[in-house]
Amino acid sequence: MPQTGPSQTVKFYQTGTLTVGNRLLDPASRTVQSSESRSNAITCGHRACQGCGEALGARYAVDAAMRAANSQLVCVNATGCLEVFTTPYPETSWQVPWLHSLFGNAAAVAAGVAAAMRVKGRQEVRVLAQGGDGGTTDIGFGCLSGMFERNDDVLYVCYDNQAYMNTGVQRSSATPPTARTATTPVAEDAPGNVFGTGKNVPLIAMAHNIPYVATASVADLHDLEAKVNRAMSLRGARYLHVLVPCPLGWGSASHDTIRLARLAVECGLFPLFEAEHGEITATKPIRRRVPVEEYLRPQRRFAHLFRPDAPHAGEALARIQAMADANIRRFDLLRMSDDRKETA
Amino acid sequence: MLKQIEGSRAMAEAIALCRPEVICAYPITPQTHIVEGLAELVRDGRLTGCEYLNVESEFAALSVAIGSSAAGARTYTATSSQGLLFMMEAVYNASGLGLPIVMTLGNRAIGAPINIWNDHSDAMAVRDAGWIMLFAETNQEAVDLHIQAFRLAEELSCPVMVNVDGFILTHAVERVDVPEQIQVDTFLPPFEPVQVLDPRDPVSIGAMVGPEAFTEVRYLAHHKQMLALDAIPRIAAEFKGVFGRESGGLLRGYRMEDADTVVVAMGSVMGTIKDTIDEMRDQGHAVGALHIGSFRPFPLEEVRSALLPAKRVVVLEKNLAIGMGGVLASHVRMALRGHGNRVHTLVAGLGGRPITRASLSRFLAVVEQEPHNTLHFLDLNTEVVEAEIARMAQTRRSGPIAENVLRRMGAGGLL
Repeated sequence: MPQTGPSQTVKFYQTGTLTVGNRLLDPASRTVQSSESRSNAITCGHRACQGCGEALGARYAVDAAMRAANSQLVCVNATGCLEVFTTPYPETSWQVPWLHSLFGNAAAVAAGVAAAMRVKGRQEVRVLAQGGDGGTTDIGFGCLSGMFERNDDVLYVCYDNQAYMNTGVQRSSATPPTARTATTPVAEDAPGNVFGTGKNVPLIAMAHNIPYVATASVADLHDLEAKVNRAMSLRGARYLHVLVPCPLGWGSASHDTIRLARLAVECGLFPLFEAEHGEITATKPIRRRVPVEEYLRPQRRFAHLFRPDAPHAGEALARIQAMADANIRRFDLLRMSDDRKETA
Repeated sequence: MLKQIEGSRAMAEAIALCRPEVICAYPITPQTHIVEGLAELVRDGRLTGCEYLNVESEFAALSVAIGSSAAGARTYTATSSQGLLFMMEAVYNASGLGLPIVMTLGNRAIGAPINIWNDHSDAMAVRDAGWIMLFAETNQEAVDLHIQAFRLAEELSCPVMVNVDGFILTHAVERVDVPEQIQVDTFLPPFEPVQVLDPRDPVSIGAMVGPEAFTEVRYLAHHKQMLALDAIPRIAAEFKGVFGRESGGLLRGYRMEDADTVVVAMGSVMGTIKDTIDEMRDQGHAVGALHIGSFRPFPLEEVRSALLPAKRVVVLEKNLAIGMGGVLASHVRMALRGHGNRVHTLVAGLGGRPITRASLSRFLAVVEQEPHNTLHFLDLNTEVVEAEIARMAQTRRSGPIAENVLRRMGAGGLL
């Protein structure tokens, strides 16, 4: 199967009709992910935690990119969970050429790989850079912005689990307000992370007028794949921001990863959209809107907001709800929802 | 081709002759003219087949270089001083990954206080990062070392840093023989990487390594530098075969025959030292000089054999290992351990202070009488530092020292 590149025999664990990529269907009806000949960029046997959103998001993003690039793909990785759990020497889970350099420079290293491919006349080789929210929104932000500004031919994927999970759950600039982390502990009058002004990297990416920016969630893998496909159909700097819940850092059950990723979208805190050259081209409407409490409550990092005696908890929840409402207004996310039909 | 040309411009032309495929540039004084020269050569079509990337920081410059080198492209970048420190993390990374990047370091002091002039503090800050570190004595040698650096880097799969004294070399206009393309092509074959990112043969580069293998990896990095001890003189000899002149090598002596006193130094200060030695020889002093062309790997054995006959050695340092003395002198002391030579550390030229023949010969005359090993600062204004030391002892708030020193020197009519 030369067109799918490096692959391994796919194990058939999955049963039932609700599993992702159901393999009980006849081959013609299966998704690409559930086909035996699918590309398999990150093999099983890596050391991600149970229920890791990043492992799932990365596998789908890289596999989709690999298919779109006809297997001519090079991956560059920032330091972080994904790097550590896939490459404890002498093992590697990567079936594609893969380079890890440092925490803060994945975008620049990828730009270097893209430059080398261009100068070598190997335009068919595509470059994918990846990092967590720490490596993207904090320490790697300068290099990322430089890559955007030069319009280097790289797809950068940020797997956002909203804190530094690899080092033991410390706050990043993607950590939401009030979230408890190891460096934003909960105290009497300090409920977790601050209400700052936020750092919305997808919107900042859009401000660079790059060809493509999108947000995605591991709760909707077909949407994620479609966005990777769209990104790969374009040249130049492209940015994909994927919300990947982290059971360890969020204090959530490992079987709740997908549910939380979905609730983050449905409450409005994580809007799904696409933008090309700085203009929004598509948003994903919310069909069943939920209050933010429904998303926050299953996560221990927000547990302090739900203690009956917690001071300011009501005010904090109201402010988080206001953030979700602002997103809903900004992206007109309720235009097809049941809520709107009722009120109309 | 002989040209009357600025050092940076000559280096840019020499680098272009090496056919780099990716150049990453970020401006920092005094390196700027090199990357400007290369930008012009790429823009006007004299350097083809090259991607020239303007990046947002030195950290990004070396990061781009890491990516392009890992993807198999011959890669070049340049920096100075604060820029080198800003890319420090990537400096270690490039050598750890065994990437044959060539970088020019336009040597410059490190702040604070901010100072753009030449010394070797920046190079000393990365001395243990695993790069081969060559020092150019003249602009001709700077040109020649870049051509040798690509050979060396690609043969050993190890990054090479060509050190050139900021301003003194980079901004000096002088006569330089810039080689012909055909000569460089004869000497420098196309880059064939040992391991490369290629979908046709996927490899993982940059894996996490635990305690069970890290020592071995570091040992191999050291071994590679030991191989360079052979490769550097061999490549310099081949260079002479093609280009017809001596350039590079591990070290180079000057009037070392029967010298009782030998001055050891690196870089462009050798010109001043040689002139001083000529003058002192005329006056009957048995003095000589030794230029260390390869600081990493440090040629311990060669330095030992060259210096053993000397009664006393003066290591002229353009750096200060604060709290210790001098970096180069500690290396020379190690080379001469167990032998009776007296080794003097002479810290000179910090932050671009001129190193004059008068001060140097005065010092050399003193060490001929000096019975003990010493640490000496050439042309140190002792009055100013003693007054400041006294003031700091009297008041708890010492304040910004540099400003106090300048104020005092201004009051003394020195500014």
